[in-house]
Amino acid sequence: MNANIPNKVKTDIDGDKDNEIEKHDVDLPELEKDIANKLTDKFDTKIKVIFIKKNRIKVDTNKNNILEIAKFINQNLKFDHVESVSGVDYPDQNEIEVVYHLGSYDPSISNQILALSTRTIRETTPHPGFDRTRLPSLRDIFYSVEFHERECFEMLGVYFENHPDNRRLLLPEDWADLPPLRKDFKIKGR
Amino acid sequence: MLKDLLIPQNANAFVSKLGDILVKAVDQPLGYAINWGRIWSLWPVHIETACCSVEFGAASGPRYDVERFGIIEAFGSLRQCDLVVVQGTITRKMAPRLRLVYDQMPDPKYVIAMGACAITGGLYFDSYNVLPGIDGVLPVDVYVPGCPPRPETLIQGCMLLQEKIKRMNIR
Amino acid sequence: MVLKLPPGIKLEKEDDKIMTLNVGPQHPGSGHMRIIVKIDGDYIVSCDPDPGYVHRGEEKMAEYRNYITNIPHLERPVIHDSCNILYPYCLGVEEILGIEVPERAKYVRVIASELNRCVYTLYWLAIYGIFLGHSTMFMWPAGDRELLIDLLEKLSGARVTHAYFVPGGVRNDMPANFEDVCLRQINYFEKRIKQYDSIFYSNPILKSRTINTGVLGKKDAIRLGSTGSVLRASGVDFDIRKKEPYDVYDNLDFQTNVLKSGDSYARSKLPWLDMLESCRIIRNALEKIPKSGSVRVKLKPNPKAGNVETYKRVESGRGSLGMHIISNGKPEPYRVKISVGSFRNLICLPYLLKGEKLGNMPSVYWSLNYWPVEADR
Repeated sequence: MNANIPNKVKTDIDGDKDNEIEKHDVDLPELEKDIANKLTDKFDTKIKVIFIKKNRIKVDTNKNNILEIAKFINQNLKFDHVESVSGVDYPDQNEIEVVYHLGSYDPSISNQILALSTRTIRETTPHPGFDRTRLPSLRDIFYSVEFHERECFEMLGVYFENHPDNRRLLLPEDWADLPPLRKDFKIKGR
Repeated sequence: MLKDLLIPQNANAFVSKLGDILVKAVDQPLGYAINWGRIWSLWPVHIETACCSVEFGAASGPRYDVERFGIIEAFGSLRQCDLVVVQGTITRKMAPRLRLVYDQMPDPKYVIAMGACAITGGLYFDSYNVLPGIDGVLPVDVYVPGCPPRPETLIQGCMLLQEKIKRMNIR
Repeated sequence: MVLKLPPGIKLEKEDDKIMTLNVGPQHPGSGHMRIIVKIDGDYIVSCDPDPGYVHRGEEKMAEYRNYITNIPHLERPVIHDSCNILYPYCLGVEEILGIEVPERAKYVRVIASELNRCVYTLYWLAIYGIFLGHSTMFMWPAGDRELLIDLLEKLSGARVTHAYFVPGGVRNDMPANFEDVCLRQINYFEKRIKQYDSIFYSNPILKSRTINTGVLGKKDAIRLGSTGSVLRASGVDFDIRKKEPYDVYDNLDFQTNVLKSGDSYARSKLPWLDMLESCRIIRNALEKIPKSGSVRVKLKPNPKAGNVETYKRVESGRGSLGMHIISNGKPEPYRVKISVGSFRNLICLPYLLKGEKLGNMPSVYWSLNYWPVEADR
């Protein structure tokens, strides 16, 4: 991804600090559009660009393609770690969305966040780990996803296949209620 | 009166009565001495439960310095401690551990509930993982309100506890 | 012979020499979490962090409160860094409500958040002193911290839970004469923390306990997705204030500190260097701040946003702190996800402790700039 980036974005990692302020004069969506175009060129119908804002791109994909797309993003687009994994429950559409916020420590795109979202089936009576609410784990591609996915599993009941360690992380050991971040879990007095 | 009791059938009652008299004679001065010792050696156990531990740390710092009042900063081994300062929210995961810590401490032991969360649940009154106060877990001696309490408030709470210990019956 | 061991300590097998040891939650070297370590003699074979003792369900509660009433409880995870944890929330809400913040408010925010970063780092340093058995290093930062807390108390009215940032600016203007007092305090403070070098960072005992323990290489730091001082101590030049400047950080003159070695010593030294840099930022911001003007855009009583989502991140004392806010046209946010540096750095712990001596565990663990309450949320 070298040709399309404006020259102002310098790729120095240990270099002089005087040039750093100039990096941010890049015009708005050039870089973002470039990244989104690369994704749509490669995967065209498998991927849907939700929005392109300053420094933020969100793409939506099917859960069958997510491994392939994540691998491409990691290897060709230089996104190397996961900032956050947020699960969102949509009871109206009967789906649970999982949004991976991918970031990069590569100096050329370190201000970018690529939100990669995917959806899975939501069960009305969940049985975490044993029902159809499943997604493939991205741990082999982004190692940093490990604890985030464990958290997502206990909070929303999304089971990540091939995750080596799907144990409980934050909730008490005797938690037997619904996963708390589902919308049908009501808190006291509300 | 005592003479009436002085028959073999009433030996038990006599001994216990004698004991009462002895205790009454010694209780006041001895109890004062023991309580005096307890007041100036309150050692809090090192268990932080939530964010009030920041202000607890500040209270042990140089500006507030609870050590002036005979309460040293949090100590490692719970076998040598006699004070639990519950520093904030008790979650459902922490509650059994807190009780375990309390049970392992030697008598006498005192509890200060620090912060709104430890008293009633505070800001987290409707959270799914927070106990509404620690009254169901530990017997509390002094409540220190605030979210978080200022170190001065904590020091005042400790002094109230000392006042309470001074008036306690040692039996 | 059957070995009798105290509860909490158990052998894997009767004849095995690998022992499982629970460190925490009641332990002077653990904080509010449990670390399950397996040790072979004095060496750690594997380690399994068990957080969640302060999990209070902030994210669930945020779905039941509107954008303004969310402020006080969202700052509770890090009460001593409350300005920085409210920063991404305010930025996000401003974006989804379409509010433009006045220029003066931006500078006030930067000053408050840098002061708060120093307050956080000093507390962290004080506890690091306790963990290493260095009592002076508890007393000095805990005392110097009060100076900055005084400043923030003047600014916001509260010692630690400021609730000073609101969507649309800051809650109230700086009090009269604050600039002079702040400048004087900062000058003294900078002189003061420079002395830490001689008592703490040049201390041969500290060096022997931290140099070459828990080494995190540059590649691994990137792979594990670590952030903040842990990342910069491993030689990656990444600071959101530089890379993705929010508010007025692009007008201010400062630099990112990067250390190469990636051991506990570098990780413990980096926040201290950042504090010196914060002093520079504050001085610079006090020069450039507009002398008058409003500091807050008043919102409507129950602001509503459309169907938008946003992810904002700032550089807090513990690294990148992001908030993912989804709104669906109601006064309450549909979902608030708090992505915190402590939680992201936690994944480094099993990696760093493997093969380390048990005695080095506290120094490695606390050098990760970890605040358990924040990680659990």
